[in-house]
Amino acid sequence: MSTSSKIKKGIIYLCLILLAAMCFFPFLLMIVNATRSGVEITHSFTLIPGKNLKANWIALFDYVNLFRGFGNSLIVAIPATLLTAYFSSITAYAMAVYRFKGSAWLFKIIVVFMMIPAQLSLIGFYNLCQKLHMVDSYLPLILPAIASPGTVFFLRQYVQATLSKALLEAARIDGAGELHIFHRIVLPIMAPGIATMSIGGFIGNWNSYLVPLILLNTPNKMTLPVMITTLNAATDLQKNQGAIYLGVAISVVPILIVFCFCSRYIISSISAGSVKE
Amino acid sequence: MQPLSSYGAEGNMAKTNTAKAKKRNINRIAYLFVLPFVVVFLVFSVYPVLRTLYLSFTNYKGFGDATWTGLDNYKRVITDKFFWRDLGNTIKIWGVNIVLQLGLAFLLTVIFSDIKYKIRGLAVFRAVYYLPNLIAATSVAFLFKTLLDWKYGSFNQILMTLGITHEQVNWLGSTTTAPYVVSVLGAWMWFGNSFIMLMAGVQGIPKDYFEAAAIDGAGRWKVFGKITLPLLRPIMLYVFVTSLIGGLQLFDLPFLMNGAAPGTAGEPSGKLQTVVMYLYKFGFETHQVGYASAIAYTLFFIILIVSIIQFKTLGKEED
Repeated sequence: MSTSSKIKKGIIYLCLILLAAMCFFPFLLMIVNATRSGVEITHSFTLIPGKNLKANWIALFDYVNLFRGFGNSLIVAIPATLLTAYFSSITAYAMAVYRFKGSAWLFKIIVVFMMIPAQLSLIGFYNLCQKLHMVDSYLPLILPAIASPGTVFFLRQYVQATLSKALLEAARIDGAGELHIFHRIVLPIMAPGIATMSIGGFIGNWNSYLVPLILLNTPNKMTLPVMITTLNAATDLQKNQGAIYLGVAISVVPILIVFCFCSRYIISSISAGSVKE
Repeated sequence: MQPLSSYGAEGNMAKTNTAKAKKRNINRIAYLFVLPFVVVFLVFSVYPVLRTLYLSFTNYKGFGDATWTGLDNYKRVITDKFFWRDLGNTIKIWGVNIVLQLGLAFLLTVIFSDIKYKIRGLAVFRAVYYLPNLIAATSVAFLFKTLLDWKYGSFNQILMTLGITHEQVNWLGSTTTAPYVVSVLGAWMWFGNSFIMLMAGVQGIPKDYFEAAAIDGAGRWKVFGKITLPLLRPIMLYVFVTSLIGGLQLFDLPFLMNGAAPGTAGEPSGKLQTVVMYLYKFGFETHQVGYASAIAYTLFFIILIVSIIQFKTLGKEED
């Protein structure tokens, strides 16, 4: 490779690294500022951590107990993710393997609902929750997870690609029941696909804002994203930006940790979404 | 062969019938498997969409009875200058956003699929570029609102230290900069997602195509123009349409980035007010639920029409 090409290649790498730094820099600034006092932050910026982490912590938790929001988010996100994983798998498996009346229709409706924007159901959804006396409850945030059209769509393709019918036939000949076959044979085979979709689903649930915002009224029940935005109205806290940075940091760091361990699965779940049938 | 006794009653019945009947009995369990999905889907997905449609023809206030008012709400939407202003705002914010976002994603795809430079480290770069996507929009909005604070924010301090500006810029308080700040922030959040999808498209192109082109002595740009680009078109269409559907529903970022507290949304001077924020105002703040429903469906029809046009025009070029 010629020298000029080498230089060009070097410049390209430099730009790519700069872009990567831009993706990370605001979070770094956030973590550093979380350890500095309000006065320090308003006067200058630096990447050297300060000594005010404890004071910021006390100021923040004086105003709002973020761990409560943390717990609330877990109470919603974990069951929702598990329900999506199990019921999407069994639905996808049934649609991929069995022949039954209405199967084609079900598939068409699933595809249509994947394209329908969420705002179309927002008002009707709230109205339904009012009728069912489910406002200010976690149930409407958890139960609908049983029906996740996008996950069914993806897992249906996954079953078709990975599961051999011969294996099912062999299990049937051995006298295994259909539900038993699903639990003991099919689920383990689908596990990588389910894991991929579940990580994405968990992050989506964890970050969800609009629906919890309209449904939850009691401050103690608020999930983390909703609780974070209440800092907006905290005029006492506005004077101490360090505490605000700390609040945001507490909401972001768990996702950063999940990301460090699962980035490979997360990336493959996005690519999966773009692969056409 | 083992007897089918473990099938229970169903299995015994099948044994006496033909093999076909046995197969049909096995298939029957599919109804049981899809039942929970179908029930929840009908209740929590299909019903709300239809209920919103019904409410859009009424004067429902969020409580009491809903009186049928026919197309009144839709007539009001069409003549509501704030609806059109907010649609304009949304399109402007989304338009600048999508150009930056797809432009950057496309550039990265070109760089990483280059046959000559063979850039390494795709997995690491891809992961880092995707990082901002994972953070809740609420946290991102709040973080940047604090970083961009005109008086105390770190961003202005950095610019002034570097000598780029000499006075503080009121990024989120000014009508000229605020919408673009949201666009750029959106691009920053989502370019990694577009990049991953485009890159997945490139990786889906069979390697022999590139090898054959290399043997034929095709240059880099020729390979890109004749192989990569045409084969990427379906995925670009997908990325574009999903971004349009998401973009016209923009809510979290502008809702939280405005200068004042949530609730007085849309400052400065309404430039940040998007259609879904407008819908939220009527649906959940001023309790004109019927009208909010009509806004939702009008927006849906606009998205639908634009998507169809996209598929028709971009899809046609493929032939």
